[in-house]
Amino acid sequence: MPDNSNRSLIDGSLLMVEAAAQAGVDSFVGYPITPANLLYLYSSKRFPLVLPATDEITTLQWMSGLSASGRIPMTATSYPGLALMLESIGMAFMMELPMLIILAQRLGPATGSATCNAQGDLLLLRGINSGGYPIPVFCASDLEGCWIMAAKAAATAQTLRTPVVLLTSKEMAMTLRDWDLSSLPPLAKGAVKAFNASKDFLPYAAAPFGAPSLDRAVPGVPDFLPLGNEKARVRLTASTHDEKGDLQHASPAALANTARLYDKIVLNLPLYTEYRHMDRKADTLVIAFDVTAEAAWDAAEMLEGEGKLIDLLVPGTLFPVPPVYLEIASRYRRVIVAEENHDGQYRKILFGEAGRQGVSGVNAVGKMVSPLDILKEAVR
Amino acid sequence: MSAQFLATDSLPFCKGCGHSLVAKGIGQALDAIQGLSPRDVIVVTDIGCIGIIDKEFATHTIHGLHGRSIALASGIRLGLENPGKKIIVLLGDGGATIGMQHLLDAAHRNLDLKVIVHNNMLYGMTGGQPSSLTPCGYKTSIMPEGKADAGIDLVALVAAAGAPMAMRTIASAAMSAQIGDLLAAEGFAFLEVLELCTSHGVKLNPGKSVAAIAKEAGLELKILRNPHASPATILTEVRPSLLEKISPIAREWQRGLPWTQKADRSPSNTARRISIVLAGSAGEGVQTSAEILAQAAMSCGLHVSKKGSYPVTVGIGFSMAEVIISEAPIRYTGAGSPDVLLICSEDGLEKVKGLLNAKGRGMVYLDATLEPAFRRFLGHASDASLQIRAYREIAGAKSALLAAVSHYLRREGELPLEAFEASIRRHMGEKTNLDAIMKDFEA
Repeated sequence: MPDNSNRSLIDGSLLMVEAAAQAGVDSFVGYPITPANLLYLYSSKRFPLVLPATDEITTLQWMSGLSASGRIPMTATSYPGLALMLESIGMAFMMELPMLIILAQRLGPATGSATCNAQGDLLLLRGINSGGYPIPVFCASDLEGCWIMAAKAAATAQTLRTPVVLLTSKEMAMTLRDWDLSSLPPLAKGAVKAFNASKDFLPYAAAPFGAPSLDRAVPGVPDFLPLGNEKARVRLTASTHDEKGDLQHASPAALANTARLYDKIVLNLPLYTEYRHMDRKADTLVIAFDVTAEAAWDAAEMLEGEGKLIDLLVPGTLFPVPPVYLEIASRYRRVIVAEENHDGQYRKILFGEAGRQGVSGVNAVGKMVSPLDILKEAVR
Repeated sequence: MSAQFLATDSLPFCKGCGHSLVAKGIGQALDAIQGLSPRDVIVVTDIGCIGIIDKEFATHTIHGLHGRSIALASGIRLGLENPGKKIIVLLGDGGATIGMQHLLDAAHRNLDLKVIVHNNMLYGMTGGQPSSLTPCGYKTSIMPEGKADAGIDLVALVAAAGAPMAMRTIASAAMSAQIGDLLAAEGFAFLEVLELCTSHGVKLNPGKSVAAIAKEAGLELKILRNPHASPATILTEVRPSLLEKISPIAREWQRGLPWTQKADRSPSNTARRISIVLAGSAGEGVQTSAEILAQAAMSCGLHVSKKGSYPVTVGIGFSMAEVIISEAPIRYTGAGSPDVLLICSEDGLEKVKGLLNAKGRGMVYLDATLEPAFRRFLGHASDASLQIRAYREIAGAKSALLAAVSHYLRREGELPLEAFEASIRRHMGEKTNLDAIMKDFEA
């Protein structure tokens, strides 16, 4: 019997927006695109500052300006919009500006089909920065995940001072489902660590890795002061720079700073690694995310009804790939990666183009991966 | 007066470059403002030669992408809580070319930015290519014969976009007063400074002065004003949680008989689940009808999902909705082959034709006006799973699908009709043709 205390008909977009707001996002810059329009609509009713931009490049530039002045901005888009944002995401990464980008996937290539679901943007997200410098990418794989992962993504953007992507899709963002709102856990508000020391402010100086921090600084993450503050001069740049923010060609100090940007995201991965592992010691593991994870849960239940067990790994943190995923996968004779794209983007990211024995994919284009699709591969 | 804003002894530009003159003019103009501190100023620089000046300024600085400096500065202005901070944007004619929309947008919105375009009529850092501001006939490295078309009159364009102040001048050692006027202006203010690139422009266009080039190109040294430009408004408002606006659906009704019968359950999945497709036309309440049905099922303690499908034009063509009702929480929301199809318009029929042919097709509730088209498609064989009624005629186009739902519920008994009625009232209030919707189509 369902709990009737606070059941509502709700979509993932609403939960993602509300969770982001509770986790500290305070402004939204929007440019309309299907299937991210509900995210825009809800944001317009939730955030204190809502700005309609003239295009997606402007969106990311405004967000960068907002972030540099001390706000925590968010936007929502789909692949065509993300493509326009890429250069500016790199800029925000280099300037270490916290912001949240919700990416609602749709069917490509190019304009593709705006109202058809897909999970085809993994490769782009993995390689979003020139040089392979990753940014954190989270994914919600059920309605509760929309709540938790949006908050985690917003908090991580603040903790690590970086752009963060929350990956979703048309089906997750737009499909209404009944949900007991009283089951949603309370969320903690994120925070950007402000510069409070009496020493000189260096906008890109950060606590080192491997040394205890006296002021609870996260290693590799510089303290923040907004542009326009009265305390100290702030110098931000997207070009290669040293701790002071002075533009440099490829000096050791500047390259060390760039290396820190990589370490900041990758070495702090344990702070934001989120996943679910249904571990019943089966010999087959299904890896799935977004709405395909829900099909995988159904497939596992159907198979259990027929006396066969499969295990599941549902990544919440998609990128950088947490090493634990590969460690978990190594325990299984068979690994099936189910995803709604042509040739298994996440599978290839996890296991390489060559793959490994026992690894296979279940893929679909233009339709959802169904529990039956996964079940058939599992019993093959 | 000491120079506190700009270190002028190490400006990074080529000898004779106008950028140095502009920078010194900015420094002098800032120094001349009583009580202004470097912490009160944010300099935003674009890519290009002008973008290497940041470290000479004692102000806050931010250096972004090519052409995007005005958009970045706009974001800073929109985010700053203190409107007293001055934001100065420095870019070249190349940056202005790429970012022209940002320039016009900021001028149109009258955001409080002071924008200086250093127009040296080409891309200097990359070898002297022409920009959209390069005058006709001006020679550049890839067009040694001279540019074929006229450069854009940026001052006229910015003024036309609504900027309170837009002006053009020639780089000189005596321009601090003009820059002072720029900095003192209310709202968006724009200055185009004409210069010659000493590395590329002078060499390819020997003997030509900036003034002569400007005159030949029709680029007047002028000030255009829009005295009635409205100040930009930035609205902020604390808004409540979205969850506060959601009305929960309480369990108020018993489930229909089919949910208590165990016979039709497959052995592998004990939870019963039915999928219902509603097919109609845009503007005829298809999505609302589906939500009403879904919420009626929720009020009986059942789990539901509802998704819509319609063309991108939204207001024309088909509109289709899938509702799944289940005893168990719904994870996978794909409907597969629906158990029930409710079709009330030609657009809807056309859309679901593929489902009608599917093996194991479920019940079909069809509006009577669609019977000829339906028969042409599927033939005249009698079919016990087909119900044809005049839903549109009796309930009207916008309530036809609700009537079809009520017929389906009355016939199959999935949900009590009272639950459906209550759900309609919850959505539509009392102003609805409930009698027509709830008519006994079995009678």
